[in-house]
Amino acid sequence: MSTYQVPTMAEMAANAQTPEVLFWVGCAGSFDDRYKAVTQAFVKILNKVGVSFAVLGPEEACTGDPARRAGNEFLFQMQAVANIQVMNGYEVKKVVTACPHCFNTIKNEYPALGGNYEVIHHSEFLQQLINEGKVTLQGGGEYKGKKITFHDSCYLGRANEVYEAPREVIKALDVELVEMKRCRTKGLCCGAGGAQMFKEPEAGKKDINIERIEEALATGAQAIAVGCPFCLTMMTDGIKNKNKEAEVKVYDLAEMIAKDMGI
Amino acid sequence: MSILPQLAFVLILGVAGFILSKRIRFLRRNILLGKAETRNDQPENRWKAMLLVALGQQKMFKRLVPAFLHLLIYVGFLVINLEVLEFVLDGLLGTHRLFAPLLGGVYTVAINVFEFLAVAVLVSCVAFLVRRNVMKVERFTKPELKGWAALDANLILVIEIILMFAILTMNATDQILASKGDAHYLALGPLFFSSFLQPLFEGLSTGALLVVERFAWWFHIAGILAFSVYVTYSKHLHIFLAFPNTWYSNLKPKGEMVNMPEVTQEVNMMLGIPVESPTPAPAEIGRFGAKDINDLSWLNVLNAYSCTECGRCTSECPANLTGKKLSPRKIMMDVRDRAEEVGKSLDVGGLGLADGKSLLGDYITKEEINACTSCNACVEACPINIDPLSIILQMRRYVAMEESGTPAQWNAMFQNMETSSSPWKFSPSDRFNWADKLKEEEIK
Repeated sequence: MSTYQVPTMAEMAANAQTPEVLFWVGCAGSFDDRYKAVTQAFVKILNKVGVSFAVLGPEEACTGDPARRAGNEFLFQMQAVANIQVMNGYEVKKVVTACPHCFNTIKNEYPALGGNYEVIHHSEFLQQLINEGKVTLQGGGEYKGKKITFHDSCYLGRANEVYEAPREVIKALDVELVEMKRCRTKGLCCGAGGAQMFKEPEAGKKDINIERIEEALATGAQAIAVGCPFCLTMMTDGIKNKNKEAEVKVYDLAEMIAKDMGI
Repeated sequence: MSILPQLAFVLILGVAGFILSKRIRFLRRNILLGKAETRNDQPENRWKAMLLVALGQQKMFKRLVPAFLHLLIYVGFLVINLEVLEFVLDGLLGTHRLFAPLLGGVYTVAINVFEFLAVAVLVSCVAFLVRRNVMKVERFTKPELKGWAALDANLILVIEIILMFAILTMNATDQILASKGDAHYLALGPLFFSSFLQPLFEGLSTGALLVVERFAWWFHIAGILAFSVYVTYSKHLHIFLAFPNTWYSNLKPKGEMVNMPEVTQEVNMMLGIPVESPTPAPAEIGRFGAKDINDLSWLNVLNAYSCTECGRCTSECPANLTGKKLSPRKIMMDVRDRAEEVGKSLDVGGLGLADGKSLLGDYITKEEINACTSCNACVEACPINIDPLSIILQMRRYVAMEESGTPAQWNAMFQNMETSSSPWKFSPSDRFNWADKLKEEEIK
């Protein structure tokens, strides 16, 4: 029996190999205990399907997204230019990431700084694998027939108009996808974008994630699917605030697929 | 026949034209207080955006009830203004219903269509007044919509209602006069809507009828001219500016923030990357980010003047929905109000931009811009593709890079990123630890 492989770009380059795709893990995927599970689930899927991939490992640095949104353009560009040098050094052509913020930044903002790659979000990547028959779902998993709602991430949805891929992935699981009142182009933010993840909110009546979780709970869904580490944190905090941890779970798409594949 | 009415008409037209051209120059100058920016790539997509979003009202239809009512007013405005051509010619030539003999039966049909639209506009305006003042739809009751903004909106609706009544009154009395055999008035075919008003005037003498008919005619044309001048002082400018505003839409993905090439040059130098073609240092070193309207792009100011304060942006803003001070609509109103203030000051030889005030600080507070999640809900919601987010982010750049005034928690995040390449305080050497366990796990 073999174990899961997590090759780095450096190791591959040392063996004169080039992977098809670079899996950009992101800071949350690397350090956040909850999102590390998503990273691991996605890597398991890549292994199982036999995708030729590599990660940057210790050579990866924050894309700079929160610094840019908080106004610190110098810091953003320092991060971005350094990352681009590393990626161009490895002649990276295609990037997949489970973080919509990394996705948006590398896809839309790195080209102006000399980083040109085909960038896709893991929801699109998973949809492709399912469509190509490379991922075979058992469909009888834990969520068969149950209600699941999908929370649109701003940086995936409005920012980049990816609305259907995550929904297609969820539908492949043989579950009942229920929509919140504000979805797709009207999706309500979880409250963490624009660097809000890294500071307390301004004074107001309510926290944004509470407003959103109330809407999610109103659908009667037994699980909330997300495709973003920040949304995952905000939704999970919202569920805790409502004392619904036992009834309603928050999952990333990759976790649901991996679970259904039995890995 | 006296030439006096014709002279009076020419005078009114001339005065209106003079004031309008002065107002247009004022607005143009104010908009161009913003920095130069060229945005005319993809012309075919720009025309398409203008046709669909401005002419076709595509984004209005995200909310059906106001979209339908607005469509009636919009079509009414476009079509009824065709009749203004006849008004102007009649006024200049001293004729009455110049086109009627030329068009015959078609003319009666056209006037009936105009009357239908006049009634539709009237009903819609009443409905809008009710939505604002009786139902108090939430987005019309926000703090930034108090005072002049609320009065402006109500004035426009009332003026439109009065103008529509003037058309119907004119037609009703005109046809009574025709039926009495007055040679100057032509009997058209039946006019459906204005015939309901006829009983009001039937008892009047011919002389009185003439006064009412002439008054309605003059009131309508002078009203339209006055309205067109009023529009330039009002949020109602969107009826014209929506067109250029949508033509100049941001066609890039909404998530993309504009790069700052002046920073790239410095970053490359710091990282020891050879700069291929160093652009010569600008003669005047500009500010990083935006503190005042002249730091913004002229397109941001055009956006501000195009805004009709409908508040769809604010009603979808997660920060505003949860009680924070941020309102994207207020951001747009503030940019416009500051441009107006600077413009007026310049016109009287005042200090203009150097008046010691600025957009950020005197109009918009840090608390507002810090509350933004950059979720793009406001940008998506705007029926004419205004981009409040761009302004907020430019102001954040100013605060971070010129004032070092970002909130402490963001400064801590910056520090983490500088020292450990992550917004959180983790050791970069631990970045790959997530794979350790996985590499030992057997593939099932």
